[in-house]
Amino acid sequence: MLNRLIGGVVKRELTLALRQKAEVLQPLIFIIMVVTLFPLGVSPSPELLTRIGPGVIWIAAILSILLSLERIFRDDFNDGSLEQLMLSDLPVAAVAVAKVFCHWLISIGPLLFLLPLLSLLLNLSASTTYVLAATLVLGTPVLSFLGAISVALTVGLRKSGLLLPLLLIPVFIPLLIFATSAIDSARSQLPYAPQLAIIGAMFLFTSAFAPSAIAYALKVSQH
Amino acid sequence: MWKWLHPYAKPERAYELCNTLLPYLLWPSLILIAVGSCWGLLFAPSDYQQGDSFRIIYIHVPAAILSMSTYVAMAVAGLVGIVWQWRTAFMAMIAIAPVGAAMTFIALFTGAAWGKPMWGTWWIWDARLTSELILLFLYSGVLALYAAFDDKQQAGKASAVIALVGVINIPIIHYSVEWWNTLHQGATISKFDKPSIAPEMLWPLLVNLIGFALFIGAVSLHRLKNEMLRRELHRPWAMQQLLQENE
Repeated sequence: MLNRLIGGVVKRELTLALRQKAEVLQPLIFIIMVVTLFPLGVSPSPELLTRIGPGVIWIAAILSILLSLERIFRDDFNDGSLEQLMLSDLPVAAVAVAKVFCHWLISIGPLLFLLPLLSLLLNLSASTTYVLAATLVLGTPVLSFLGAISVALTVGLRKSGLLLPLLLIPVFIPLLIFATSAIDSARSQLPYAPQLAIIGAMFLFTSAFAPSAIAYALKVSQH
Repeated sequence: MWKWLHPYAKPERAYELCNTLLPYLLWPSLILIAVGSCWGLLFAPSDYQQGDSFRIIYIHVPAAILSMSTYVAMAVAGLVGIVWQWRTAFMAMIAIAPVGAAMTFIALFTGAAWGKPMWGTWWIWDARLTSELILLFLYSGVLALYAAFDDKQQAGKASAVIALVGVINIPIIHYSVEWWNTLHQGATISKFDKPSIAPEMLWPLLVNLIGFALFIGAVSLHRLKNEMLRRELHRPWAMQQLLQENE
């Protein structure tokens, strides 16, 4: 029963997202544009791009997540369907997980398909791209979970504009450090499993604790 | 066992408690800071390598250590507020936050001033410096979120969640030195069995450390008192308190 209801939430989320194609596509175009700025702004030399490339892609991913995060709860909060979901028998944490999963699938999933193109643009080797993809797969759910907590907290505010990045960027920094350090190790032929393991641990930790934090935050906002 | 604690969830009892504790924190802290700073700046022997510029350690290290403990204290206050639904705990949390942010800023500023003569640069992207900077960002996030809400009760709960999320960063800050071993010198006074600092240099540092801790406590209590009065201004006890203090 619960599975079917949660399945319904997932289906609804995905349908809604696919009907607003512009909102799905815009973050991707944004990522490509941010990546384009770096060769123009820093230097087009291939060696430098190889060095800074993974970090650039990670930063672009973080920025685009920050832009698309509000979608998780904002529309549902404004039209009242979030309130209905919370009044229903469904555990709020489970609904939150379903929503975060859908958001991740829609805003990060396409990024992974875009990755080969981005790594061509930034002159990354194939092996570097694999490690980069691994860090993104393990790391971006952490971004989505932590981001969802902040969105749930700020969803009731009228002027939340820059608040979200202000809250989230400091929390994202450790993840960025470990991801880029894994890629650096991989590039210099060192073992990069430890960093991936730490990112994985962060993922498990947040997926264990974030859902209840999101549920609590939503309760605070609905107050 | 914890029953004696519960009455202090009420602002009027907490206010009395603050009034009782404040003099025991404020005066010792001022005396200790005065003694420790004079001792450290004037009488402690100068370092054989760093000369006199090492003396900034007597401000830098207490501020740096306590900036992190203050963050933990703030998060604990937030946790208490969430778990037991104490309004006073949220007030305490937000009373502590700017004090901790100020300590973080002092640590960064004195660190930069120390780094210039020693490392030849004001700033370097070393792990410890970076995590101290992140700590300042975390403080500013808590404060910004609190300021964004009109309903301060809601604001307290929201900032408490963000403070707890930020606490995950504290162990990373602490272990960063071992993880990314870089320019910053290792911790000097945590190794009590065999400290890598001469005892005559260490003593003023410890005096200042305790002085700073008490000072942070005193300022936070004072801010908590003000916060309680401001939030409870419509309540009889607060008016009475104000009238009494103005007489």
